[in-house]
Amino acid sequence: MPPSPRVGRRSLIRGLVAAGAATLLGPTPAAAQQRPILTRPIPSSGEALPVVGLGSWITFNVGNDKAARDSCAEVMRHFFNGGGRLIDSSPMYASSQEVIGYGLDKLGKPAALFSADKVWLPYGSRGRYQIEQSRRHWNVPRFDLMQVHNLLAWEDHLPTLFAMKSAGQLRYVGITTSEGRRHHEIEQIMRSQPIDFVQVTYNVLDRQVEERILPLARDRGIGVIVNRPFREGALIKKALRHPLPNWAADIDCANWAQIILKFIVSHPAVTCAIPATTSVAHVRENMGAAYGRLPDEAMRRRMIVHVEAL
Amino acid sequence: MSEWWTYSLSDFLLFSPRTYYRLFELYNADIWPIQILTVMLGGAILALIRWNGVWQGRAVAAILAMCWIWIAWAFHAERYATINWAATYIAMLFVAEGLALLVVGAIRSPLRLRPGGSVVNRGGLCLFVFALLLQPAIGPLVGRTWMQAEIFGVAPDPTAVATLGVALMADRVVRNIMVVPLVWCVVSGATLWTMEAPDAFVMPVAALLGIGLLIWKAWTLRRSRRAAGIAPV
Ligand SMILES: NC(=O)c1ccc[n+]([C@@H]2O[C@H](COP(=O)([O-])OP(=O)(O)OC[C@H]3O[C@@H](n4cnc5c(N)ncnc54)[C@H](OP(=O)(O)O)[C@@H]3O)[C@@H](O)[C@H]2O)c1
Repeated sequence: MPPSPRVGRRSLIRGLVAAGAATLLGPTPAAAQQRPILTRPIPSSGEALPVVGLGSWITFNVGNDKAARDSCAEVMRHFFNGGGRLIDSSPMYASSQEVIGYGLDKLGKPAALFSADKVWLPYGSRGRYQIEQSRRHWNVPRFDLMQVHNLLAWEDHLPTLFAMKSAGQLRYVGITTSEGRRHHEIEQIMRSQPIDFVQVTYNVLDRQVEERILPLARDRGIGVIVNRPFREGALIKKALRHPLPNWAADIDCANWAQIILKFIVSHPAVTCAIPATTSVAHVRENMGAAYGRLPDEAMRRRMIVHVEAL
Repeated sequence: MSEWWTYSLSDFLLFSPRTYYRLFELYNADIWPIQILTVMLGGAILALIRWNGVWQGRAVAAILAMCWIWIAWAFHAERYATINWAATYIAMLFVAEGLALLVVGAIRSPLRLRPGGSVVNRGGLCLFVFALLLQPAIGPLVGRTWMQAEIFGVAPDPTAVATLGVALMADRVVRNIMVVPLVWCVVSGATLWTMEAPDAFVMPVAALLGIGLLIWKAWTLRRSRRAAGIAPV
């Protein structure tokens, strides 16, 4: 539509900037359709996965509180509306699995869902039972991805998971750790086991995985899911005390959340980051990181320098 | 757990402060008006302590036992366990405390409680009165709503502090009924501290007071037994 002759050039530019920012802030379903969401292929299958997923540690553990469950379902609605697919949980996260199941039911079982859960038991014999319990909480026919949580009894669980994958009861198998723990063992498993995914902590300040794990994941064709993208909120809280850098617009970032997430997902070995949130406004911001330009290598270095100096 | 030194308390906190206090809000609404009954029972304990009759100790121990078992079931198992899987084990501890109060304090060798006479007895009475009348007001005073108030007999914190108070007023050292309340003081204090609650210090301070007074009591009892020529137990 041509601009009305009464609209001045300055206000037109302001309007365009605002419209752009609004789109970045949170893509509406329409916006999501207009601009393609950034995806990465899962190395072992080629299936495309949006680069931003959704975590559920603490944020979705709201017990039987109906109002809180409804607000988690709203977060999930905006996540799917923004083009999201992967939701991550674990039996360790108390009621989070049930709350996800509640949200999925409420939203009419979104077809886009990529369900990622974990097995978390110190011994293998009850692994299948726990996975079945988790499946019932989610109320899904099967999980897309099942990970061994924090490598707990991985020698026992991985054979079960591979058997379930062969039987078509799972689609992908993975392992997880966080905050730099047991990286040596993670590497050994990545070298010796046919896993599809590894989940690790990575963000602009915690870059230990860049040295060995991310290159190894590329070499071995293993997908990488990134947890703690905001250092459990501490990183974004710190960043929010500072003005948005002027280069943010060069990588289509309208807020700090998008800067932090785009740093993560611009690493070529990363498949997706899984920020957790209780807030609709925040999930919209986070999903905005799955659109537009990503930083190149030079910009990534600039981002590190900038954030380290905050 | 390997690399255990890399974990901090916050790695074990499964819920947000908002969810934790909402739990109390919904619980208080669900069980209303049981809180009135338990506060009256708390008042009855105060009256019983002054009364000094034969059934005094038995009745007080039985009331406290009932509260602990109620909290084990209605709070920990039914509600807290929905956001914290460890609450199932905590519920078992609370049942154990209820049974210990019944067996040790009401059946086997009934407690005899004295509200005055010594610093320890008076300290015990102060802890009890604090738990019954002041502790429920702390939450609202630090900015939480009245609906989230933690009340004696239905909420674990004031019930644990009140039990410590009662144990200290007993005419003998009753360590076995103080163990679970002290453990709970530590667990609750650690939970609130991790949630950065401004009142996180209350339970640890109550525990320290309880332990300090218990040691004092054991020492004075031993000294008076020695003076009376009775072998220490
Ligand atoms: N070993 C493992 O397997 C492992 C370990 C850790 C994590 N994980 C997974 O990874 C997920 C993510 O990690 P995490 O939850 O620990 O931490 P995180 O995603 O780094 O941080 C979550 C915090 O960030 C805040 N936040 C999110 N989006 C925001 C935004 N746009 N603006 C401002 N604040 C924002 C949230 O607060 P609000 O609610 O206010 O938005 C929340 O407190 C977990 O949920 C879990 O699924 C797995």
